[in-house]
Parts: sequence; C-alpha cells; structure tokens
Amino acid sequence: MELWQNIPFFCILFSLASAAFTSVLPVKHARRTAFIVISAVALMSALLIVKILPTGTSYTYMMGHYPAPWGNEIRAGILEAVTALIFSLIMLFSLFGGLSRLDEHIPDKQNLYYVMLELLLTALLAQIYSNDLFTCYVFVEIMTIAACSLITARSIRSITLVAATRYMLMNLLGSGLFLLGLTLLYDLTGHLLMSNIQEQVTAIAAAGAYQQPLTVVIVLISIGLAIKSALFPFHTWLPDAYGYSTPTSSAVLSSLVSKGYIFLLIKIIYRCIGFEVFASTRITDILFIFGLVGIIMGSVSAIREKDIRRMVSFSSVAQIGYIFMGIGMGSENGMVAAIFHIFAHAAAKSMLFLSTSGLVEVSGDSKMFRDLRGAGYRNPWAGVAFTIGSFSMVGIPFLGGFISKLYFATSAMAMPPESMMLVMLVLAASTILNTIYFLKTVITLYRPPMDGVEYPEFRPAKSFVFAMVCLSAANIALGVCSQPIIEAIRSGLHMFA
Amino acid sequence: MAKLKSNYEQTLWVRFIRWMKGGSDALENSMIASLEEKAEPNLISAEELAEREHALEEQHRKDLESERQFFDKMHSWSRTRGSRITDFLYRLMSVVICLAIIYILLNTVSQLPKFGDSNNPLNNEVSERYIEKGMEETGAVNIVAGMILDYRAFDTLGESHVLFIAACSVLILLKLNLDKDGRPAREKLDAEANDRVYEPKSDDILQKIAALLVPIAMLFGIYIVLNGHISPGGGFSGGAIIGAALILHLNAFGYEKTGRFFSYTTFRVVSYASLSFYAIAKAYSFFTGANHLESIITPGNPGDLMSAGLILPLNIAVGLVVACTMYAFYTLFRKGDV
Repeated sequence: MELWQNIPFFCILFSLASAAFTSVLPVKHARRTAFIVISAVALMSALLIVKILPTGTSYTYMMGHYPAPWGNEIRAGILEAVTALIFSLIMLFSLFGGLSRLDEHIPDKQNLYYVMLELLLTALLAQIYSNDLFTCYVFVEIMTIAACSLITARSIRSITLVAATRYMLMNLLGSGLFLLGLTLLYDLTGHLLMSNIQEQVTAIAAAGAYQQPLTVVIVLISIGLAIKSALFPFHTWLPDAYGYSTPTSSAVLSSLVSKGYIFLLIKIIYRCIGFEVFASTRITDILFIFGLVGIIMGSVSAIREKDIRRMVSFSSVAQIGYIFMGIGMGSENGMVAAIFHIFAHAAAKSMLFLSTSGLVEVSGDSKMFRDLRGAGYRNPWAGVAFTIGSFSMVGIPFLGGFISKLYFATSAMAMPPESMMLVMLVLAASTILNTIYFLKTVITLYRPPMDGVEYPEFRPAKSFVFAMVCLSAANIALGVCSQPIIEAIRSGLHMFA
Repeated sequence: MAKLKSNYEQTLWVRFIRWMKGGSDALENSMIASLEEKAEPNLISAEELAEREHALEEQHRKDLESERQFFDKMHSWSRTRGSRITDFLYRLMSVVICLAIIYILLNTVSQLPKFGDSNNPLNNEVSERYIEKGMEETGAVNIVAGMILDYRAFDTLGESHVLFIAACSVLILLKLNLDKDGRPAREKLDAEANDRVYEPKSDDILQKIAALLVPIAMLFGIYIVLNGHISPGGGFSGGAIIGAALILHLNAFGYEKTGRFFSYTTFRVVSYASLSFYAIAKAYSFFTGANHLESIITPGNPGDLMSAGLILPLNIAVGLVVACTMYAFYTLFRKGDV
C-alpha cells in the first residue's frame, strides 16, 4: 500500500473532522476553514487522478483492521477520482460565487452554514468512494439533512421553511424506499459489500430464484434515488427549494446533491446489481420514459415562468430527464453520455444560478423578467456567464452541453428504430424549447432598461468575478477537451464491472 | 434592384431592431396609442347625455347581474361538486396506490428466504466470523459493540455525525439571536418569563422525586456507557439516559440551576471534543489498519473494564454527544436557546 492510495480516506476524514472543528469557530475563521478544506479535497483528488491513471486499475482500501466483508471498505478508480475532483471544484466555485451575498442572506450562525457545506462534501465523497451499501445509506442521510439546512439557512418570510419541509418529506420518502430496497437486498444476498452482493445477485439471477423480490429491490432503489434527484413526476419539491435559497445553496443543491444520488444509482447498477440483470428487469424502460417526459415537461414549465430563478430551476428538471434517459437507454454509450451530462450540467447549472443572483442583485432584487432588462450591461460578468451557461444548456458547439447531446444522439443510434426516433424527436423538441426560454432571457438581459428607472452604480465583488471566470472556463474546457474526460468515464465504467 | 417597400417601418426586421433598442413593440404601441387618443368633442345635449348614461347604467347593471349569476354557478360548481369530485379522486387514487404498494411489498416479503432458517443467505461467513471470532479480535464481550465500533466503525462514525448535523440544523432553525444592540431577543425573554406559566412553579413532589431520581439515572447512564463493551448497552443508549436525566433536572429545578453546569458553551465544547476525539482515534485506527502498520491499540483481556481497545473511549464519546444532543433538542424547542 503506497501513501497516495490513502487519498480517498484522507479526503473523507479531513472534511468530516473539519465539520466539528468549524462549529466552534467564529464566522471569519469558519469561512477560511471551509475554503481550505474544499480546496484541499480538490487538490488531493487531482493528485489521485495523476497517480491512478498510469496504473489503469482500481484498488480497494480497508477502513480498519478487518478485511472487506467484515469491515468497511472504500474503493477508488478513475471515474471516482474524476467525479470527486469535479464536484469539489464546483463546490469551491459556488462558494466563491455566492460569497458576497452570504453576509446579507445569512446574518447570523453563518459558521453552521459552513459546517453543513463540509458535511455535504463528506457525504458526497463517501458516496463516491464507498464500496459498502450501508455506508452509502448513512451518508445519504447526512446529505439529506445538510441539504435541508442549506435551504433553510436563508429565511425569507417562511417561504424557505415551506420549501424545506416539502423537500424533507419527498426526500425522506426517497430515503425510505432506498432503505427498504437495501434491507430486502441484504436479506436476499446476506451481504452489504457491493462486490459480494453482485456475486450473489448474479448467482440468484442465473438460477432464476427470487425473481419477484429481486425486481422489487431494483424498483425500490431506482425509484427512491429518482425521487431524491427530482426525476420528472417527483420533481414538485424542486422549484421552491432551488428558487428561494441563497445562491451558493441553489448552485450546490442543483449541481451536486441531486447528481450525487444519480452517481450512487449508477454505482449500484454496475457494482451491486450488475448491468445485465438491471437491464433485464425493464426498469430501464420506465426510467427512459420518465426521462423523456421530464425533458419536455420541465422545459414547458420553464417557458411559463416569469421568475428567472424558478425558470432556471425548472430547466434542472429537464436536464435530470436527459441523465435518466441516458441511464434508461440500457447501453454503455448511453451511460457514458449520462455521466458526461452530469458533469456538463453541474458546471453549467451552478454558473447559471450564481450569475442569476448577480443579475438580480443589480435589478433592485427583483427576479421578474420585466425588471431584468439591461441587467447584462449593469453586471457584465454575470451577463456573459449567464449567456455561456445558457448556450451550454441549449447545446451550442464548443460548450459542455453540446458534447453530451451529441453523445446522447449517437448512443440512440444503436437502439431499436422506434426508440431512436423518439429520442431524436425529443432531443430536437427540447433543443427548440431550451432555445425559447434561454434566448428569451439572454435577449431580455441585453435590452435597454425600462424608461424612468435609475439603477445605482454597481461593482461586482472580486470573488464573484473569479467564480464566473473559472466556471466559464470549466464549461468551455468540458466542450473543447471532452475526449480525455469521455475516455476516463469509459475506462472508469469498465473498472466498475 | 431591391424592391422598395412603402411600409418599410413595419417590416419584421426593422420592428425587431426597434424592439432590441428598447423601442416598444407593436402591442405596447397600440396600448400607448389608445391612451393618447383624444375624446370626441361634446356635441350632444345634456338630456340626451343623461338618457344615454342611464341606458348605459342599466346595461351595466344587467351585465353585472348576469356575470354574477354565471360566476356563482361556476364557483358553486368548483367549490362544491367540482372540488368534491377532485378530492374524491385524489383520495381514491392515494388509497389505490397505497393498497397496490402494500400488496406488492407483502407479496415480496412472503417470497423472501424463510426467517430463522439455517440455510438463509444471511447465515454466511460474515456473521460466522462476528460470532466466533468477535470477542477474540475486538476484545468486546458484547458482540454488537464490537461490530458497530470496531468491525464497521466507519458506518458508526457517519451515524454519530448524523446526530451532530441534526443538532446543528435545529440550532440554525430555532436558536434565537441577540438583538442588534446586543440584548437577548424578545422572543427568548418572553419564553423564559412564560416558562413556568403552564407548569407549577416549584412543585415539591416533582423536586423531591427528581432529587432522588436524577443522580440514579445519571449513574445508571454512566454505567451503561462504561459497560457497553461488556454487557448490553453502549454509547447511544447510555447517552439517551443521561440526556433524559438532564431534562428531568431542568423540568424540576428550572433553567437557572441547570444553567450552572450546562450552558451553550458546554454543549459546543463537549460535542466538539467528543466528535474530534472520535474522528482522530478512528482515523488512526483506519490508517494503521489499511497500511498494515503496528497499532498501539490492543484488544486486551475480554471482560475487563479496561479492555476492547478503542471501544470504551468511543462509547464515552458517543454517549456525551448523544446526551448533549438530546438536552439541546429539548431546550431549543422550548425556549430557542441551549
């Protein structure tokens, strides 16, 4: 065991231990600690990628003195390392981007907000690296509570309380279904370690025994995690939760929390159930249909919104639909496209939420379109960032969203003709719908303001500008140098199996 | 030669450019035009005007009446029968869906491996080693303590942080702050003043029983925490008992007396110290275990109080966190401060 192989363990333990430490610090130092922790995790993940790429394999790491089926275990491969790096970077930029608004939105107990962010990062890392299903559940719980607190941290006339209550109820339903599925799976296989579960499940499926319980397990786990990541019919908690919280929270919730659950689902599909067994239960078809309907319905709801934050939130529903459509295609190419879209959407959506808050700030704190006219001139950084993010979501070449749409379309080619036509039609329709609501917003931003309204001089905070530049660079990098990332995802998926 | 258009100003492109430059679009223009339209000069006589006004009023009254009737009809439908139908459908659907899920789940459970059967998948090498070698490897007579605090300590580390994050969330939601001028918030003072309104101020029976019960409950909790690795119990259950004893003390003797030994600072310091100790101790154990290094922690002699390696100190840490969290929950819900 070499020293660099400890990196996943260091990342998890470092952010976990820093949470308790942050809770007793004054605000200024708490903020500094959070920045240090998140940057350190990002740095260590980058180092892990550099070290793990030449080896070309994944490795397991024993958490304690007892080997795997008895003790806990974590596991790191190239896909885990890349995901950890991208997630921690986006969390860092989201914190930078929302920093100038935090003092105003969360006037007191701000250090607890940083505790929540650190524990959220821990939960994400643990879900990414853990090789044990029950450990994943424990950290899913931490993530749910942390996400709720991120919503309630800013209290505006109890809107956020209602939103958080709704979020909590729906998410606990999701956790409950996931736990039920996990318990049944444990009963069927007698293991909690992912690789052992897969061994047993393959044997059970080959013998044809326990067919119904196995299907129910797969359905419960998939639907549970789909509720938590806001797949279409279960998305009702999303617009309020994302639309009213402080910008950092919205960015983190939309780009990391829901994506963490999807990553966990993909990991369970590959590492626990086995891809063939999963596809043979036809749950893929359900996810596929829900995904397709979600793409259209999310976009239609977004078009009808007059509030820019809620419009961006509804656009998330559509993008989650893309990801589940990719998972539901039941092919490796579809999965690669889905994972790439996780990254592309995370980079674009966090930037959209942050730039939206920057635009709202210069328009008299109004989120309505009629007041946003000319906001692109008043806060140029936010305007340009919003434009880049919108273009990425619409699917303009040289940006991340284009590449994922391209891969979705390519992987649809291998499907039966009816499904292929369906995917193509939905992709085309959703591109048009995306264009309608995103370009409408971009044009509004660059129209001269309404007559007779004077706006005070505005100077964007340095942290905001830094975040916008970095996130724009990330979006362009995802679009221009997509090949290494696609290769990494592909080889990571091979390491999963 | 380009064709000359007489209505050049009304072409789509020019209108788009105008709109981009902030000039108003067709809809706005027509609205402005209708506002600016001048009224016709008054050329009719006063009587005629009065008559017309009267007719207009009459018409207006009739319109209003019919409109009201229409709305009443619509509203009464949507308020009574309409909403009843949607309500009914809604309830019916939820009942049907619940019944379907219950049926599916019951059916699934009936097909699971038989409970208690020796051939169950559950009875595999994992539980075998826990039962047969658990005491020898972890040094804990209580196998459950050995499992949760040694074999699967990472899960429990996460679990104790679930408690911590729950306490932090409640703090964010319920803790009242100082006002801008540094005094406690009005709600908090009110809550403290009204604290005894609904309860007897100094209830003799309660106080005497509490004086008897609190030390015993405290000791019992400490016993359960300290013996967690030898007998049933452990940090979670012992901590809950200690927390309950603190709450009983608070109810009997009030904030002032409890505040002498348990304040917000105590809460913060104790939970921080226990969680940090837990994380650092386990980090050491994970690190040495994974890298196959020599560890200074030994299982010891099973059955002794000072045995089972890290399990005893971890139980103490968990117990402290649980006790603090329980007490903090109670006071936060009651007066918005610890």
